[in-house]
Amino acid sequence: MSKFKRIFALMLALIMVFTFAACNGVDDPDEPVVTDPADPGVTDPADDPDPDPDPDPDPDVPAVEQGKVLNVWGWNDEFKGLFEAYFEGVPDDVEVNFTLTPSDDNAYQNALDEALLSQETAADDDKIDLFLVEADYALKYVNSPYTLDIINDVGLTQEDIAGQYTYTQEIVTDSNGAIKGTSWQATPGLFAYRRSIAKDVLGTDDPAAVQEALSTWDKFYEVAEQANEKGYKMLSGYDDSYRTFSNNVSSPWVDEDMNIVIDDNIQAWIEQTKDFSDKGYNNGTSLWDDQWASDQGPEGDVFGFFYSTWGINFTLLGNALETPLPDGVSATGDPDAFKEATEGNGIFGDYGVVEGPQNYYWGGSWLCAATGTDNVELVRDIMKTMTCDPEVLQTITKDTQDFTNNVEAMEELAADDDFASAFLGGQNHIALFTESAKGIDMSNISPYDQGLNEGIQTAFKDYFNGNVDYDTALDNFYTAAIEKYPDLKRP
Amino acid sequence: MKSLKQRKSISYSKWGYVFLLPFFSVFIVFTLIPLVSTIYYSFFENYMSGLTQIGPTFVGLDNYKTILFETDLPKYAWNTFFIWILGFIPQILISLLLAVWFTSKRLDIKFSSFFKTVIYMPNLIMAAAFSMLFFALFSDVGPVNNIIVSLGFERFSFMESVGGNRGLIVLMNFLLWFGNTTILIMAGVMGIDDSILEAAQIDGAGPWKTFWHVTLPSIKPILVYVLITSMIGGIQMFDVPQIFTNGRGGPNRTSMTLIMYLNNHLFSKNYGLAGALSVILLIATAILSFVVYRNLTEKEAK
Repeated sequence: MSKFKRIFALMLALIMVFTFAACNGVDDPDEPVVTDPADPGVTDPADDPDPDPDPDPDPDVPAVEQGKVLNVWGWNDEFKGLFEAYFEGVPDDVEVNFTLTPSDDNAYQNALDEALLSQETAADDDKIDLFLVEADYALKYVNSPYTLDIINDVGLTQEDIAGQYTYTQEIVTDSNGAIKGTSWQATPGLFAYRRSIAKDVLGTDDPAAVQEALSTWDKFYEVAEQANEKGYKMLSGYDDSYRTFSNNVSSPWVDEDMNIVIDDNIQAWIEQTKDFSDKGYNNGTSLWDDQWASDQGPEGDVFGFFYSTWGINFTLLGNALETPLPDGVSATGDPDAFKEATEGNGIFGDYGVVEGPQNYYWGGSWLCAATGTDNVELVRDIMKTMTCDPEVLQTITKDTQDFTNNVEAMEELAADDDFASAFLGGQNHIALFTESAKGIDMSNISPYDQGLNEGIQTAFKDYFNGNVDYDTALDNFYTAAIEKYPDLKRP
Repeated sequence: MKSLKQRKSISYSKWGYVFLLPFFSVFIVFTLIPLVSTIYYSFFENYMSGLTQIGPTFVGLDNYKTILFETDLPKYAWNTFFIWILGFIPQILISLLLAVWFTSKRLDIKFSSFFKTVIYMPNLIMAAAFSMLFFALFSDVGPVNNIIVSLGFERFSFMESVGGNRGLIVLMNFLLWFGNTTILIMAGVMGIDDSILEAAQIDGAGPWKTFWHVTLPSIKPILVYVLITSMIGGIQMFDVPQIFTNGRGGPNRTSMTLIMYLNNHLFSKNYGLAGALSVILLIATAILSFVVYRNLTEKEAK
């Protein structure tokens, strides 16, 4: 019996020792080099969130040598899809790594911030090379030393970027006048309406006639009433019209003394939404929730949605289909298979777009080069091709209906009679937006936009629901805002 | 003389210290040092604005004053207490009932081990996953609402009504923990000496009197343990309401618990305020545990 006990005790001790040993054995310097020049290591389609375990490049090679891993960070696969379909200049020995963290609960920015703050001490292959930012928080990164000047540091020329819409450059220009990012899209806002519902309510689905009926807020209200009488809702939820008001404000969210300022236009949004909610003109949904998504689909009874240009191909299209697109089929990857999978599917083709009661813009994604990147040349190539090349950008628009960042390319398509969007029932929506894209004014943005925009929508949801009164909702908004940004003050 | 010193009694006491060492080193590194540094940093103003760090600058008791007087802390404390007590009372009552039934020789329930396994199972599910499940089930377009509509009633928004929101969190807490409590109390009841129960029976005590005067006092230590651990768990309630309300804290923040509020401060890495709140919670938990312990166990000394 004691012999057995001794063997057993010995086994247990050995097992414990081995668990410690396993923790130590990761960094084996004798590991053979994973990538070699003969390896056709082009774009990596698999989403691998872990950095490549490559050993560092040979220190004897001069510093100009490009890094072997291109790390791109984002919060969704919008850019990834475009990159894989349209960018062909990745050198054979470079591996592209996409790290995607969803932006819910601020997870993307938290992860990005941590990685950027430790950029200096990270291994070359782990350093972030390129990352995406949204309009709402672009200023935070633009004004920090973590983004590179695209002209002086990355190497783009003024000629390269001359074809872009100027507002896309203004928004990412820091306080010293340096441009810190670039985008492939411009995002004029529009109102997407259900053609079938418009025919029922207004008697027509022709975009010009619908626009006439919705051209001012007063007329918008009238149509809402008519839609209600026929049993439809004008809007899906509380946040749908938010951007129409918030992007036409006359002052930024935060003034020079760090006071939170609620602009008159935001006030107008609160009043309109409360009015609509009380009269039952909306379904009480919040942006991005399940009910909101299903309202855009075949079961929905909503007249229309306020959307920006990226919303059409990226969000509305997916929500409008009855059967989801098969894996791997996208407008960018395989236009023919895409056509087959979408025609007659759900309410594909039942949407049309008009400018709506007020001009506005909504969001957009920018590419920023991270300070400390070891792939400057590749980054420059990517930026040049994906955001400056008129041919590439025009192809992107033809395939995806996204409104791309090249004045000439867009105006060409606008004048082109043959360009029509199958999803929008044959409408040439680019023609509608070339004018409004030129007039976008982003001068009232602040680094606090994201938290404050989300905060006010969340806080006033209770007010629209009838759960709290106006003053309590306002209090809740200030409380949440100051929790998120402790350096702000309530007026 | 020499013989006394030579008579070595083999002392194994040093091995005791050696075996305690791993626990203490882990405790010091992972619990004691963070605890001390949290208390230390709670006296500093320290948060991030965008990518720039503000602080740490010493501000003394400012953080504590802000937390206690300028925020809605009493509201969140009340939320936490209310949701906890609403879940705890049914939990303890039903657990006592089930424990007595399962251990009763008179009733002799068939398949009792099957039942015991099943009621314990919810405790094994990760609380976050459980919460996510309820979130999907009770959402405005979820299965439960569909059933309600098909029965002819109007769609009820569980998430947006104060009662529905809190009620579901209470239900989740109850389901998660009543199995655990039942097993514990059963262990306590089975430990009661049979002779005492026989004596009570001979004296003519019915089942209710036996329960009230014999069983309950005998399992008092177990009940104290359950109360204290449940209370500590209640103060720290976080994952269930956070996932269920998507971080919002329910309509008008009526389901926001203390730790959810703490989590909000970590959004901007506000270590100053978060530290102050943590210290306050630590003190509150310690006081409550002490009070409960003293009140319910001092009678044992008699």
